[in-house]
Amino acid sequence: MSTSGTTTTAPTGSPSGSSTANMLKKSLGGSLRQYGIIGALIVIVLLFQVLTDGKLLLPNNVASLVQQNAYVMILAIGMVIVIVAGHIDLSVGSVVAFIGGVVALLMKDMGLPWFLAVLAGIALGALVGAWQGYWVAYVGIPAFIVTLAGMLIFRGLAVIIVGVTVAGFPEGFVKISNGSLPNALGFVANRDVVTLVLGAVTIAALVLSQIRTRRTLLKHGLRTEPLGAMVAKLVIFSALIGGLTWILSGSRGGSPIVLLIVGALIIAYSFVMGRTVFGRHVYAIGGNLHAAILSGVNTRKVNFMIFVNMGVLAGIAAIVTTSRAGAAVAAAGMNYELDAIAACFIGGTAVTGGIGRISGAIIGALIMGVLNMGLSIMAVDPAWQQAIKGLVLLLAVAFDLVNKRRVGGR
Amino acid sequence: MSSQNTILEMRSITKTFPGVKALQDVTLEVSRGEVHAICGENGAGKSTLMNVLSGVYPHGSYEGDVLFEGEPCEFRNIRDSEHRGIVIIHQELALSPYLSIAENIFLGNEQQTRGVIDWNATNSEAAKLLARVGLDESPDTKIVDIGVGKQQLVEIAKALSKRVKLLILDEPTAALNDEDSAHLLDLIRSLKGHGITSIIISHKLNEIAAIADRTTVIRDGQTIETLDMRGATPVSEEQIIRAMVGRSLDHRFPERTPNIGAEVFRVEDWTVHHPIDTTRVVVDHANLHVRRGEIIGLAGLMGAGRTELAMSIFGRTYGAHISGRLIKDGKEIQTHSVGQAIRHGIAYATEDRKKYGLNLLSDIKRNITASALGKVARWGVMDASGESRIAGKFRTDMNIKAPSVDVITGTLSGGNQQKVVLSKWVFTDPDVLILDEPTRGIDVGAKYEIYTIINALADSGKAVIFISSELPELLGICDRIYALSTGRITGELTRAEANQESLMHLMTMEKEAVR
Ligand SMILES: Nc1ncnc2c1ncn2[C@@H]1O[C@H](COP(=O)(O)OP(=O)(O)OP(=O)(O)O)[C@@H](O)[C@H]1O
Ligand SMILES: [Mg+2]
Repeated sequence: MSTSGTTTTAPTGSPSGSSTANMLKKSLGGSLRQYGIIGALIVIVLLFQVLTDGKLLLPNNVASLVQQNAYVMILAIGMVIVIVAGHIDLSVGSVVAFIGGVVALLMKDMGLPWFLAVLAGIALGALVGAWQGYWVAYVGIPAFIVTLAGMLIFRGLAVIIVGVTVAGFPEGFVKISNGSLPNALGFVANRDVVTLVLGAVTIAALVLSQIRTRRTLLKHGLRTEPLGAMVAKLVIFSALIGGLTWILSGSRGGSPIVLLIVGALIIAYSFVMGRTVFGRHVYAIGGNLHAAILSGVNTRKVNFMIFVNMGVLAGIAAIVTTSRAGAAVAAAGMNYELDAIAACFIGGTAVTGGIGRISGAIIGALIMGVLNMGLSIMAVDPAWQQAIKGLVLLLAVAFDLVNKRRVGGR
Repeated sequence: MSSQNTILEMRSITKTFPGVKALQDVTLEVSRGEVHAICGENGAGKSTLMNVLSGVYPHGSYEGDVLFEGEPCEFRNIRDSEHRGIVIIHQELALSPYLSIAENIFLGNEQQTRGVIDWNATNSEAAKLLARVGLDESPDTKIVDIGVGKQQLVEIAKALSKRVKLLILDEPTAALNDEDSAHLLDLIRSLKGHGITSIIISHKLNEIAAIADRTTVIRDGQTIETLDMRGATPVSEEQIIRAMVGRSLDHRFPERTPNIGAEVFRVEDWTVHHPIDTTRVVVDHANLHVRRGEIIGLAGLMGAGRTELAMSIFGRTYGAHISGRLIKDGKEIQTHSVGQAIRHGIAYATEDRKKYGLNLLSDIKRNITASALGKVARWGVMDASGESRIAGKFRTDMNIKAPSVDVITGTLSGGNQQKVVLSKWVFTDPDVLILDEPTRGIDVGAKYEIYTIINALADSGKAVIFISSELPELLGICDRIYALSTGRITGELTRAEANQESLMHLMTMEKEAVR
């Protein structure tokens, strides 16, 4: 069938030199950005480590960093999906306050057991998401408007039901965000064994899954990244996870419970976005809506589900936040939407949709978190903290653009 | 070599993209006042060369020298090149749809006094320019309201407003019908009379033979030769093809003995109204049918309603107040959504691959599987390696020129993008495949490949509905051709009956009758 006499199989532009660094660079090619942002995270961590005289990475500080910023990560997961599909959600902060209030009242006034209240909170999140999803997907109102309305509606409802504060929750509920996994396996050299085991399992799972993917690719004769690059990548990631594990195992309680929740969400949603038909549809809608419609994607249903999902995650974030504070506050969740959106953009999500990854948003959230933590340890005025975070957002996206121009040649 | 007469010289231009050497040591020399054609297969590097020339790729991002009117040029962007009188009209038109013709012509170059737009000057200047390009429209008509042919003329008027010396047209007639194309070529000729030099990129070799003074052929990013079209012995199309593909093509259309079976699909009394102006009938009581193993053609001028007919059938993606019946394998079917249409074995490959066909941000493999994810997923979970394997097979079968299936489709050349679109729909394994201008902007070699693919699909028992504005192509490929004119099917001709004249007669029938 080939009528043109030109080569199609010969590899074009063979790489010059084959040092490991070169191979690494080449194999990372597309996701170079992703690694650039990890580098930025490491630089920021080291910077604050120096600026705070080594206080940033003290075990207890790392544990509370995780606990205090869990909400950004949870919301960023949902937000990245929303933004990839070409929407935005401005309401999540208000939704967090609203659901937090409802959950608190369910426990305090209705005397519901805390785990039932938690389930109710998540269900309510789904309902709120369905409400907003309906207007966006089926009526066709831009998400910016629907969620701007939602921002006002749910903040108003939160104030109405909560008043100012509702406090005094069962211990089980408070532990969600303040507790740690039980030190069931005791201590070795003053380190929590449960945490060490968890870290080891995570690293093992990472290595195994990478090896398995590589095997399948090889079996089918498909292109794989060079072995050296894969090993280098695994070493870097294992070192990062190992380091975090080591530090946390020395903290007061060991592994924070929220870390487990966030970790499970990250894994689950990375899978959803990377490996499922639903995830593929989200990218298709954001990449080219017309083409997605003409490819038979049920865009309404997908858009609806995206918002339902965002609602569920806002529900989880509400529970985590309320538990952390030990009280439902009408003003809770203020600016959370902005934190989540900023995390997505720092993590390389495209403003126009179509491009973005869960892992990127999580790293973006961590950068925001480290900034929060480091600046607080240094006792920087909150007003300045805000200004600095804004600047970081701007610089991160600028860096991204410049980088793209250099690599893309356009 | 650079004489008084040379307006442009590009010397040993080399341009690399990550993983691709798009241009290698390319040389181009254009004389003042000539029409210089550039030919080459899809992905040969024609558009890239013109992007280098016009500053889309800034100085420093390529190697080599550009000399315009004897002076070296170091353009940093399009504005720089426009200042020197080099204007490029891209493969994809770049007009703002909701602005008027006049506003578009002066976009970025507004007729103003201290920031305030002078509407009188804008409109009167625009009217003058429109007269020069022979476009009979009011300057305040919105771009959305005029057809592609006229939009192309607006682009040229815009170029003229910039005092163009060298006009570059990248596949200007790809989206035009014969009438509009002829008009455009006349215009280029008349511009030449006014001393404007043109570079024209086209895959339509008959046009090149008709208009070009010289032709430079590029293959795989290298200059092959420059042919003098006005020499003692006229250059034949075969000669150009040989230079383009490196060997001669014996036939333009592959041989095929049709093996036609029972009827698969029938459209009865199909009427479609315009989605916004719902009183306007766009498709008027259309009746047609197609049989297993048969290739039928839909011929018609721009606006005849061919795309509208196809899209309204395909999940009602166009139109309002649609009525009529669709019969598949003897049973009436409903296609209210694209998903439903695909499940009934209908596929539609759009004429506008960038806007409607592809996710340009995504890679080849994800685009190929996009319409049939179910075939590479189980319980909603993708089989990633299976997907790569399938896409890899399409890459080989369809001869998609890309180093791997992980290449982002936005960086592919037009022809290769088209092959990805085709692969995508072939992968859905349809019974009825509707192809809307599948060879638009595609080189001769690749066209032949695509015809071969279409033939193979028909031979495997599929019914193909082929929409094209190129009559020779319809005549060369189809077993039966329906002609449409202003929304009505005005006739049906078998392969034996059909020729350019009989088709043209049917395609223009209604128009004449109305007047
Ligand atoms: N931005 C880019 N990034 C990477 N590769 C690119 C980019 N632009 C073009 N290419 C590659 O450069 C080569 C030349 O492309 P170009 O668009 O110039 O081809 P062309 O001759 O105009 O083809 P067509 O006739 O299909 O329009 C192709 O292999 C294409 O994939
Ligand atoms: Mg091109």
